[in-house]
Amino acid sequence: MPDNAPPQTSALRVLSLPEPLKLDCGETLDQVEIAYESWGEPNADRSNAILICHALTGDQFAASKNPVTGRPAWWPRVIGPGLAIDTDRYYVIATNVLGGCMGTTGPASKAPDGKPYGTRFPVITIGDMVRAQRAFIAALGIDSLFSVIGGSMGGMQALEWAAQAPEQVFTSVPIATSARHSAQNIAFYEVGRQAIMADPDWCEGNYLAEGKRPSRGLAIARMAAHITYVSESALKRKFDRGLQDREKTSFSFDADFQVESYLRYQGHSFVDRFDANSYLYVTRAMDYFDLSSRSEGRLADVFRDTPVRFCVFSFSSDWHYPPEANREITRALIAAGAEVSYLDIQSDKGHDAFLLEEPIYEKALAGFLSASAELRGI
Amino acid sequence: MVEQRTVRPDHEAIAGRVGQGARVLDVGCGDGALLDLLKSTRGVDARGLELSSETAGIALARGLSVIQGDADSDLELFPDDSFDVAILSQAVQQMRRPARVLGELARIAPEVIVSFRNYGLWSRRLTLIRQGRMPAPGLAHEEGVLLPVTALDMIELASRLGLACVAMAPVRGSAVGEFRNKGLGRLNWGADEVILHLKRI
Repeated sequence: MPDNAPPQTSALRVLSLPEPLKLDCGETLDQVEIAYESWGEPNADRSNAILICHALTGDQFAASKNPVTGRPAWWPRVIGPGLAIDTDRYYVIATNVLGGCMGTTGPASKAPDGKPYGTRFPVITIGDMVRAQRAFIAALGIDSLFSVIGGSMGGMQALEWAAQAPEQVFTSVPIATSARHSAQNIAFYEVGRQAIMADPDWCEGNYLAEGKRPSRGLAIARMAAHITYVSESALKRKFDRGLQDREKTSFSFDADFQVESYLRYQGHSFVDRFDANSYLYVTRAMDYFDLSSRSEGRLADVFRDTPVRFCVFSFSSDWHYPPEANREITRALIAAGAEVSYLDIQSDKGHDAFLLEEPIYEKALAGFLSASAELRGI
Repeated sequence: MVEQRTVRPDHEAIAGRVGQGARVLDVGCGDGALLDLLKSTRGVDARGLELSSETAGIALARGLSVIQGDADSDLELFPDDSFDVAILSQAVQQMRRPARVLGELARIAPEVIVSFRNYGLWSRRLTLIRQGRMPAPGLAHEEGVLLPVTALDMIELASRLGLACVAMAPVRGSAVGEFRNKGLGRLNWGADEVILHLKRI
């Protein structure tokens, strides 16, 4: 059953930013806490730090179990001793994004008046998330990162880091992402936000104070988004028109089809671990993301003569952030004179492929990081 | 130094034409074997462009900077003179628009090294005369050869694009002849494959 209280946070590692955080919207957050997790050790000159940026519904528990939700690590195939992101070689850090709900300051956090922010929380951007991460990294005593790596929304942050602080990132690995949210992306997330806000238990964003949670709305938001994370062929392979625990259709609105049952499960299991207002804020940040808008629509100009080495990955059946969106990033980086690698992985697993087993992708990522580490003297 | 991995003689010959520490773009780099050689023996800043996801993945796993992309459309993105040397190793005949690709390379780099199958080879000429068939059509088809050119054709094409041939070498089987700047007629008659070193005029 959904718990009415915000997630239990005592098991989380949290750092308070020493300075207030200025936001793109013009407001300032005086108190910002960043929840994080890390693996491996910093080397003597602290040059081996990798920041892992999570996707919309991810968290800082990339390589170890989440003690709050009990969910396993979300990227165990890639982060660990001897793996592509080798914790014997690199100091790997992951933070929960600004606006998130796994310990970092967000709409479920307490405002200075002691009550949850709710929709009083300022609208944030991917740029704000990265500014918060930069302040966090500085507070850890790290001047520059060896790499920023992330898929989906995490990839936006990897790009944003390179745009905002090129001298502080040696390499950037944007995976299955986009430099600007498309109309289709915005449309799907708008469906999700409307579902949340249409739930009477949303209470105009005040549900925490009123002891409620808009679980139905949030579940529908997750269901709609989840469809975009899997490919048509993967859905067909997994379920096709298979029926759920029955021989024939029931002439009702029960979950007759396996795919319905699967989506309902995705929705219901999500509401226990995610805050609805966080979902509104973080999807909004993604919608506002358009790196090219900073250079009159020319993405290449954002990265002109950048010293950052890039490695961009996409997945052939991803229709959430399709190969073309990632190729656009690559093409802009070529035109900017950047050192860029790009690989479109043949996969039928859709957007979620970036989290799943894809041997070529893992080997290519390992090769890129290892060669970059040699250049960096790690 | 004993190199364990077998190095292709034509790769070795191409590497011999590339200056120490040069910025090199290998178009159609495959699994990156040539780039790897250039990186380890010439210390070049090596970049590759490769159409196939599978082979580009192998090149990346080797630690090379490789873009999976299409030379026919992606080369125009590279800034002028962003490389010292551009290489087209056994790739030009698979391009849909070879003249355009070569022209783009001449813009991107002042030096271009191109290797290709020479359809001027006497036995290929003979096949055409005797059998009235294009030489090794099956083979050409399998390897996606769209442009069955001779060494003479390629040099003419290059010169129209503002590239002069400064040296050329024949490849026969696993043997690569010496680079010379004369004897095109003999080369065109006798070489199975040809390596041309072109420079912007």
